[in-house]
Amino acid sequence: MNIIVCIKQVPDAASVKWDREKGTLIRDGVKSVINPFDYNAIEAALQVRDELGGTVTAVTMGPPQAEEAIREAISLGVDQGVVVSDRAFAGADTLATTYTLSKAIEKLGGADLVFCGKQAIDGDTAQVGPGLSVRLGIPCVTCIGDMEVLEGGKGLRVKRMNEFGYDLVEVEFPALFTTIASLNTPRVPSLKGKMRAKKAKIPVWTAEDIGADPDRIGLKGSPTQVASTYIPTFEARKEMLEGSPEEQVEALVERLKGAGIL
Amino acid sequence: MSVNYFLTEEQQMIVELCRQIAEEKIVPVRAELDRNEEFPWEIMKDLAQADLFGLYIPEEYGGLGGGTFENCLAVEQLAWGCIGVTTTFAASALGGYPILLFGSKEQKERYLPDVAAGKKLVAFGLTEAGAGSDAAAIKTTAVDAGDHWVINGTKQWITNGGEAEIYTIIAMTDKHKGARGASAFILEKGDEGFSFGKKEKKMGLRASSTRELIFNECRIPKDRLLGRRGQGFIVAMRTLDLARPGIGAIGVGLAQAALDESVKYAKERVQFGQPIISFQAIQHMLADMATEIEASRALVYAVARTIDGGVKNFSKLSAMSKLFPTDVAMKVTTDAVQVLGGYGYMQEYPVEKMMRDAKILQIYEGTNQIQKNVIAQALNKEYAAK
Repeated sequence: MNIIVCIKQVPDAASVKWDREKGTLIRDGVKSVINPFDYNAIEAALQVRDELGGTVTAVTMGPPQAEEAIREAISLGVDQGVVVSDRAFAGADTLATTYTLSKAIEKLGGADLVFCGKQAIDGDTAQVGPGLSVRLGIPCVTCIGDMEVLEGGKGLRVKRMNEFGYDLVEVEFPALFTTIASLNTPRVPSLKGKMRAKKAKIPVWTAEDIGADPDRIGLKGSPTQVASTYIPTFEARKEMLEGSPEEQVEALVERLKGAGIL
Repeated sequence: MSVNYFLTEEQQMIVELCRQIAEEKIVPVRAELDRNEEFPWEIMKDLAQADLFGLYIPEEYGGLGGGTFENCLAVEQLAWGCIGVTTTFAASALGGYPILLFGSKEQKERYLPDVAAGKKLVAFGLTEAGAGSDAAAIKTTAVDAGDHWVINGTKQWITNGGEAEIYTIIAMTDKHKGARGASAFILEKGDEGFSFGKKEKKMGLRASSTRELIFNECRIPKDRLLGRRGQGFIVAMRTLDLARPGIGAIGVGLAQAALDESVKYAKERVQFGQPIISFQAIQHMLADMATEIEASRALVYAVARTIDGGVKNFSKLSAMSKLFPTDVAMKVTTDAVQVLGGYGYMQEYPVEKMMRDAKILQIYEGTNQIQKNVIAQALNKEYAAK
């Protein structure tokens, strides 16, 4: 069974600072970490492998240093990993990213099962998982908060969490799932895993290696482009209400209605 | 700038991994474990998953083939999180050492792979109600009954009692021979006539289980004798010699945690218009704490490396590596409470637990007074030989 887990290296949210003038993140000197939701994806992939057998491969698209994320995934128990990296991938939106990832997965021989974190904490789009499933032509269930392997190992029974509760969904492989934090408690690395990670050879695949169409990757393949970013400013306004408590409540309700809150 | 102890890449990995476990898995739950006297099964599973139970076990039995030094590095970092949790982990090694040191090939093959994988915890049973520092006064007996042994007696204050699956215990096989009349045995949970007694309520170390082992006409197969008949005290002493640097390392980790809390607090706490770290009274306390911790660490590491280098008689060094760091841990945690003042005495802050926990380090695995006896006896011998 070929299990793929897609991960992304993101700036450590705890140490991120903003350049208020330019409205961008200051990335220099900021530690990179694996996107938090992706740890749940890794754990899910390892659990399925431990139950059904097979190989877990971690795939990441990013700069060459994203190799650290793959090594960490291997220290957690992932069997192997690959970094998809090329200057030509820069500026990719989710359309170009999912295309690129799908080409890498194709080169890996396809997938029976793919896990992605629900979303990356830097972009917050939550589009890569679903988009990738379209590219791969396999069903997708997002935001799974619980899972079990179906009888005979044919697929997964998952809880898709929503604002009202959850849908219980059974899906046969091949399929893609995106994970949320309540799905599992990610394991800590093992010593043997850390030693293996240290020695592991991590291939770096370029656009050419995966046979990507140059017009569909990076900035060129991205219909959405960020025009500008800014840091929202918050202004606090104060107004004192006068009169008896009843009058004050009435005035407050009026204002809340006026602001569209009630 | 910290001291460079020239760790290998693998040793550095052990430190990083154990620190990660301490930060992510132990610190968030330590107060609750302490309050509820709850056995840390979840964390034991994490440690097993991380391969740490196999640290000191040879690769042929599924371990990583590390030595005393690697074990010290691991427990130091775990102890930075909680020494109750760490003692649970370390006691499994204490119970496992007798099998590793004196077990037959069959015994090692039978028990060590499960111990290395963290599937089974081990406990070591020597102490009895009337036999603490005077270990030779034990009253538990093992009688050769032809095709099996019959054990009778009660062991007291056994760490991991009731939770462990495997027990290495010392019992008298030939009372009239005194210390040469003791033998070591392997017991399994579920053995006929083997049960557990009172669970102790303790001042500190409350995440760790401390219980009686009760042997009532307990029958075990002949092949559970560990080492030779009459070798029991040698098994116990060699085991304790090997384990003591680990207790020192636990002291180092605990003291370091107390220092970290103290410095952090002293920088934040403002009195008389300035952070209290700017007062010399506080500065000198912190300076003493930091210096004594580094001296302890250096001693533990040096002794552990000496043992791993292959020396025959290291009782004195091993006693020193337990004595000094654990006295330092008691002093440093007490001073940490002092630096935090009234807040330090409150359960809301972690240092009061650290101080309660620290006391056991001066008592268990041989009181610090017994360590001094061991050191002095060795000096007496060494100088006689010159």
